[in-house]
Amino acid sequence: MPSANVPNLIPALPELFLAFIAMALLMLGVFQKGGVREDSRTARLISSLSVVTLALTLLLVMTVSGTRMLAFNNLFITDSFATFTKVMVLLASGVSIVISREYMQRQDMARFEYPVLILLATLGMMMMISANDLIALYLGLELQSLSLYVIAAFQRDDTRSTEAGVKYFVLGALASGMLLYGASLVYGFVGTTNFDGLAAQFHGAGAPSVGLIVGIVFILAGLAFKVSAVPFHMWTPDVYEGAPTPVTAFFSVAPKIAAVALLLRVMIGPFGELVAQWQQIVVFISIASMVLGAFAAINQTNIKRLMAYSSIGHIGYALIGLAAGDAVGLRGVLIYMAIYLFMNLGTFACILCMRRGDRMVENISDLAGLAKSHPLVALALSIFMFSMSGIPPLAGFFAKFYIFLAAIQAELYALAILGVLSSVVAAFYYLRIVKVMYFDDLVETLNKPIDRDIGVVLVGTSLAIVLFFIYPSPLLSGAQAAAAALFAG
Amino acid sequence: MSTFPILSVVTFLPLVGAIAILTIRGDEAVVARNARWVALWASLSTFIASLFIWHQFDTSTAEFQFQEEVEWMAAFNISYRMGVDGISVFFVLLTTLLTPVCVLASLESITDRVKEYMIAFLIMETMMLGMFCALDLVVFYIFFEGVLIPMFLIIGVWGGPRRVYSAFKFFLFTLVGSVLMLLAILAMYFESGLTSIPALMEHSFPASMQTWLWLAFFASFAVKVPMWPVHTWLPDAHVEAPTAGSVILAGVLLKFGGYGFLRFSLPLFPIATVEFTPLIFTLSVIAVIYASLVALVQEDMKKLIAYSSVAHMGFVTIGTFTLTVQGIEGAIIQMLSHGVVSAALFLVVGVIYDRMHSRDIETYGGLVHRMPSYAFVFMLFMMASVGLPGTSGFVGEFLILVGIFQVNTLVAALTTTGIILGAAYMLYLYRRIIFGKLTKESLQKIFDLSGREIAVFAPLAVVVIWMGIYPMPFLDAMHASVNHLIGQVETARALNDAVVLAGQSVR
Repeated sequence: MPSANVPNLIPALPELFLAFIAMALLMLGVFQKGGVREDSRTARLISSLSVVTLALTLLLVMTVSGTRMLAFNNLFITDSFATFTKVMVLLASGVSIVISREYMQRQDMARFEYPVLILLATLGMMMMISANDLIALYLGLELQSLSLYVIAAFQRDDTRSTEAGVKYFVLGALASGMLLYGASLVYGFVGTTNFDGLAAQFHGAGAPSVGLIVGIVFILAGLAFKVSAVPFHMWTPDVYEGAPTPVTAFFSVAPKIAAVALLLRVMIGPFGELVAQWQQIVVFISIASMVLGAFAAINQTNIKRLMAYSSIGHIGYALIGLAAGDAVGLRGVLIYMAIYLFMNLGTFACILCMRRGDRMVENISDLAGLAKSHPLVALALSIFMFSMSGIPPLAGFFAKFYIFLAAIQAELYALAILGVLSSVVAAFYYLRIVKVMYFDDLVETLNKPIDRDIGVVLVGTSLAIVLFFIYPSPLLSGAQAAAAALFAG
Repeated sequence: MSTFPILSVVTFLPLVGAIAILTIRGDEAVVARNARWVALWASLSTFIASLFIWHQFDTSTAEFQFQEEVEWMAAFNISYRMGVDGISVFFVLLTTLLTPVCVLASLESITDRVKEYMIAFLIMETMMLGMFCALDLVVFYIFFEGVLIPMFLIIGVWGGPRRVYSAFKFFLFTLVGSVLMLLAILAMYFESGLTSIPALMEHSFPASMQTWLWLAFFASFAVKVPMWPVHTWLPDAHVEAPTAGSVILAGVLLKFGGYGFLRFSLPLFPIATVEFTPLIFTLSVIAVIYASLVALVQEDMKKLIAYSSVAHMGFVTIGTFTLTVQGIEGAIIQMLSHGVVSAALFLVVGVIYDRMHSRDIETYGGLVHRMPSYAFVFMLFMMASVGLPGTSGFVGEFLILVGIFQVNTLVAALTTTGIILGAAYMLYLYRRIIFGKLTKESLQKIFDLSGREIAVFAPLAVVVIWMGIYPMPFLDAMHASVNHLIGQVETARALNDAVVLAGQSVR
């Protein structure tokens, strides 16, 4: 029967859809009439279409979701864990495009390649999330990374942006190399790259060989780079600062979530039996990230750099859940990343409002007196800041709550205590932003009014953060199911 | 009546007021005026609603009353639970009494960003009431911590010259303690699977775990009380906060610590409580004597009252940990009394601060000649602070001393010196401000209390004298709960001793 040779494409339907549309949009953009006015019009059209595409993909992901399904000779997997994280990634990408539109138009960088690159990066992320094999993992990761390198340097006549792109590329390539080396070591010592195969090999086996552990360490190092955890965080502040602000907003959410999802799947899936081997490493990375994120951010004056350190710290907290190594911990990580997504998108939407005349300003001191000139933006930003420092009843508190719950249950007391103490240190610099907005006097006002798109995003994210506590059950049960799926596999 | 969620109504009524203020639009002066009146009415109606709780309160039982339970995070067995007993009901009343007083006191002194100020105050009232009513650890923690946000803004936006430093210090000190308590809450949840406070009271934690849990809760409550040596945020915060901010800080926020000890440390960790009693006594005695001595040399009126708060709260912690009926009831009365009296004293300072914009004692002198009714009001609250018989301060201090004499004479003797020193610094303050000749040029035109100011002080004065002369309604309502609390501690200790004995005999 010839039909037996046709692979089952249903599990990968959202990815296929996204890939086709991304290429179609690329064609559409290329064959539009050239010219300054037309270019801008094309960019507007394609970015709108991209948002629609992401929304449709989101619907498809929801439709396909449910049971665990494999495709392409077990290279590709879809389960509720994949669904949960893909939804987050798609939301992040969609909102990132929405908040970037006005900015791109104003900075004369409205080119249609931008949304297409985001679509391709998103496709890469979805493939990472659904990877069930080290090779598939690498393919997804590279598709994502290559798109991101280009986006980082998207403001091509700006030295800072190009520098960010090059730096990201060089260090990212190094990390990919390490990851690939680790993967080849694992293959060499175990004889398979498939996650299920690896898990089966380790199940009930004795102590793993040294070569295998070295391989895992390399894989972990490569992934730690992608989530920008200490000690592989050095690129983060520079890239965050140099890249155009909407790109930074995108970097701080979607690739992070995808990389964290990948990290969870790799560590819990194939290497789940070896938790004793990698737990110490994750604990160390987690503590180092939290502490560095807390202390290094104190002296920052540029708000994008500050957000870079803040995101390093947040990854540290999320990794506490991985260090716990059980379903409770994983659920904590997923909740954390979901709430982090909203807080970060909201914060960057606020940063995108920081314009004076026709240029962007990025210093924290430029926010002085914002409470007087833009009371609602100041309110929203302070909600995000209080939420990030983990003050109830805002959502950020619950994110930390579930993480620390997991740490206590796994009896990682030292990790938990260091975690809460570094969150106090971190509270200091988050409060500093509130202080600048509310306690300092207005020197020079920022532009008014803010863009409508950004306003909508601000209202949506801040309401989500404030009102999360009223009805947290959907997110909790979603994360619970997702975490359970990973352990079922 | 059991179906009507009176506690939630009282708790969230101020929040409704805050949302109403949020929707006010228009001209700045109009917004300010409307915000003031909405805040006043919201807080007054909360007070009236809370009187209803007191009226319906059954004094014969130690059970939690007006209980409510709504499913919240079902997967975790965490629910929204509310309820009051004889201990918490008075703190609810204290909060609802002080908030309208604060709003009234801020009507004229706050002119900048009135809308935001009133919103912050009403949100804070909701948080404080929720804290006292919560019967679930997680809900409690949310309200407990949530207070930080509005208080931080109140100190930072409407405070004095060093407001930024004080606001940060207040926030970070409190946060350090609280996050450790959060870990303890999570550990308790992990150990018992419970977050409901009444259920946890039935649960006994292993003795070794109690030590750590007690210390973690202590870290949080000691900062709030505040106990020596973590009291240093208090003088700063008090001095820089606007008058109404100081009132709420002294009147209600400091009670979080004392209430926390009574609600959590004593019944949940009885073995650790007994173990750590010497520590508490030592720190409290140091606080009483040291803070009184420091208060004696202050040049800033608000700072002086702030240090007197530290001393008075030292009495409270001593009374709480005597584990006697008199000591604990004295501690509760002392907290209520201090809540009203120190609040009133900050308002007293606020009155002349509004006129002269100075908190230095040196600026004043001989005010009795121009401000006789002010001098009378000041004297009343000053005497209540000293603990003159016939005022609420006397009842609290007397009961605490009765309690501590039964337990430890040395501590009792040392504590008593605090009363003498207290009289010294308060009378000295009063003499320097009120008595003497009115020589200073700037004071020649100072005018006496206005009608609004009298309206601010009148309810507080009534409460102070009522509690001083006829404290029975208060004591009666708390008897059952306090006896139950002591019973819980005794039972747990007996149980533990029995286990230890059994263990020894087996060996």
